[in-house]
Amino acid sequence: MSEQPAIVKRQLPATPMARQIIERGTLREQAARMPFAAKVIGAIFGIGFLIANAGIAYIVVDGRLDGMWYDFRDLGYAIERLRVELRTVDGTIGGQELGAILAYWVPALIGGIGILSFLGGFLLIGSWIERRLLARFQIRTGPNRVGPYGLLQPLADALKLMQKEVLIPAGADRMLFYLPPVLIFIPAMLAWGPIPWAENMAYLDLNVGLLYVVSITSLSVLAVWLAGWSSNNHYALLGSMRTVAMMVSYEIPISLALLSVVLVTGSLRLSAIVAWQADHYLWLALLLPFALFTFFFSSTAEINRTPNDIAEAESEIVAGFHTEYSGMKAGLFLAVELGNALLTGALVATFFLGGYTLFGLEEWIPGYLILGAKATFGYFIFIWLRATLPRFRIDQLMNFAWKYLIPLSIANVLLVAIEASIAARWDAPAIIVYGLFVIVNIALTAYAVRAWARAIGYAMDVEQPAQPIFAKTIGGLKAARSLRGEA
Amino acid sequence: MTTASEPYVLNIGPQHPSTHGVFRIRVVMDGEQIQDLDMIVGYLHRSMEKLAEERTYTQNIPFTDRADYLAAMSGNLGLCLAVERLADVEVPERASYLRVIFAELQRIASHAMANGTLVSDAGAWQTPLLYMFREREKILDLFEMTCGARLTTNYMRIGGVAFEPPPEFWPALRELVDELPQRIDEYAQMVQGNEIFIARTRNVGIISPEDAINGSLVGPALRGSGVPWDLRKAEPYCVYDRMDFEVPVGTIGDVYDRYMVRLEETRQSTRIIRQAMEAIPEGPHKTDIPLALRPEPGEIYGRVEGPRGETGFYLVSDGSPAPYRFHIRAPSLINLSLLREMARGAALSDAVVTLGSLDIVVGEIDR
Repeated sequence: MSEQPAIVKRQLPATPMARQIIERGTLREQAARMPFAAKVIGAIFGIGFLIANAGIAYIVVDGRLDGMWYDFRDLGYAIERLRVELRTVDGTIGGQELGAILAYWVPALIGGIGILSFLGGFLLIGSWIERRLLARFQIRTGPNRVGPYGLLQPLADALKLMQKEVLIPAGADRMLFYLPPVLIFIPAMLAWGPIPWAENMAYLDLNVGLLYVVSITSLSVLAVWLAGWSSNNHYALLGSMRTVAMMVSYEIPISLALLSVVLVTGSLRLSAIVAWQADHYLWLALLLPFALFTFFFSSTAEINRTPNDIAEAESEIVAGFHTEYSGMKAGLFLAVELGNALLTGALVATFFLGGYTLFGLEEWIPGYLILGAKATFGYFIFIWLRATLPRFRIDQLMNFAWKYLIPLSIANVLLVAIEASIAARWDAPAIIVYGLFVIVNIALTAYAVRAWARAIGYAMDVEQPAQPIFAKTIGGLKAARSLRGEA
Repeated sequence: MTTASEPYVLNIGPQHPSTHGVFRIRVVMDGEQIQDLDMIVGYLHRSMEKLAEERTYTQNIPFTDRADYLAAMSGNLGLCLAVERLADVEVPERASYLRVIFAELQRIASHAMANGTLVSDAGAWQTPLLYMFREREKILDLFEMTCGARLTTNYMRIGGVAFEPPPEFWPALRELVDELPQRIDEYAQMVQGNEIFIARTRNVGIISPEDAINGSLVGPALRGSGVPWDLRKAEPYCVYDRMDFEVPVGTIGDVYDRYMVRLEETRQSTRIIRQAMEAIPEGPHKTDIPLALRPEPGEIYGRVEGPRGETGFYLVSDGSPAPYRFHIRAPSLINLSLLREMARGAALSDAVVTLGSLDIVVGEIDR
């Protein structure tokens, strides 16, 4: 390589992200290229937005909205007003008062349609979010062809899936094969019932809401088992066997984790759990860090997300229990998986992150937006994990549940029970009592997580991963033996 | 009541996400445990060795691209070295250096693919694979710049290489070599501190050095078991004897060791490329040979250390322009033959990871 002729240096194709920056410039450069008129219009809109916000703030501080039907921070008031109006309707149907029937059914339908349409909307936008985020984690661009920024990609996918033929494998049990995609949708929808979206905005504010959530979410295992069994396929059977084993194991840590929540808050009602956190200005995530970890990790096993997605481990058993499903039936399984991820995010938010409250800010921002943001944050963590972690083996996963999580969870419940009884008897300010418990719990968790792993004989050389050694001589078995003697 | 389990047969492949090609494993399983397995190959058979007997030696070079399609340069090199020894063709020094540079670039690209797919097999959702593809892409760009092709390069010729690299090749190569070490460190950090990855790969798919030698394993699979055998050191070809590099060797012989050996080999390859870049002399890049080269009747076995191990070419000449017999010793096929020993008694998930760590290319197995 002597002298080089003057040529234009060939631009090496960069990553899609780098290419985008090269083509369009950085955000700052794009802003600099914006015409002056656009900046003026933007400024007018910005100032108008601020003024509108100040007006809203004035009304909110004034207290004029509180409890009124047009208080959009809590749609429960409007429904309550509607119910009152409906109750005044005259007439009878089948010996029952028409007003009472309407007052029961109309709000129920409105709430049901509200939750379902929220979920449907999320399923569409969620798959786009997941694919775009995964692409960002993996230095790709992700879907960007259908519609602006690829936003219509989920619609295109859904259309494609609906057009595809649904194949039924030979030897499959037709009836049982048709049922699971429908069955699996039911618990995924029902579990949203008792979650409070704002103070008066729970669809089904059960006094045993927590029990209801735990039992409903564990129902989906039946559909999974049916799907695997009826497919007449070894991959599907393996996948559903794994799912059942995993669900049975991980129900216990989940229940124990939620038991400690109940012990602290003294209620099974989800809105009461949120209210307790709001009253004490304390998220249970701080008070019960181990319960949070257990619940979150076990949930990844329950809903088949990485690192516990062994039920549909792609590299091993293709798609697990829904290997034989095609078309929209497979699409339903995928949609439920996505919806369950958001559901788990919402449950974590409700139990551990203060639900719809945000330290008084729920006076200003609608509670359902706060809950939505927290649930989406949980979903983001799931995507993050999916992009980062490899998968466990089934025996490792079982060991983790039975040898690690369950004993520690029981110890955690014991500790929380003692703390709860102390809190009930100790006549000190709440900040001192719970401040002490937070410190004690975090310290004990940090200690126990490590110590118990060592106690059950787990010692991984993570700090110093084994490195290859360099051979000085080349040779066969003799050289290998001498190398081994050295090492 | 007693419960008895009954073994059943699971067909992994020919279409399966982790068989790395069209290839089938018939596994007899007891629950999640593998009792026995059979490997069925031949779905990608293209009868290359027979076809080669009708073509001249130079016309046979493209077959080596398509045998191990992830390491076309190494295959080209192996065949050219064998023919050159058979026909006594001198190779200019510059061509030898160019061959070393391209063979080592190919090794990095191939190992990036191997390690990336291994981590994907362990369940990481393709993130490490795509990061490793970033540098593989740059290497393939360099190939494209030089010979117009990215995968089936057909670059080496008997007596040299086909083309002189264009002037813009050298700065691009230098840029790549400068950034490669930190990229490799990045991959290493991404994966090797991960407890789940270590738990999935440590003590999985173990093969002892004795068994490895008896089964004639080659390449990173052999070195992962702790046998320091590398043809670039043991039987230097081209200008490897002038290069300063180390041979990394594993300790246990498990999946993790094979992964680490590959990772370290990419670092060593970067070193070799850097040295070759500095030392490359001026001069012609190929010797002119007759179009229909007629070697003296005789036979030859030429071998190189490809990314997957010893890639050998056995040629028999009867004095005509076409070889009388053309045989490829494919490292993947021979490495694969030990999968049964490694995976028997293990879980299905372990077998998949073990298969990933052997880094097979089905094009080479079936030929």
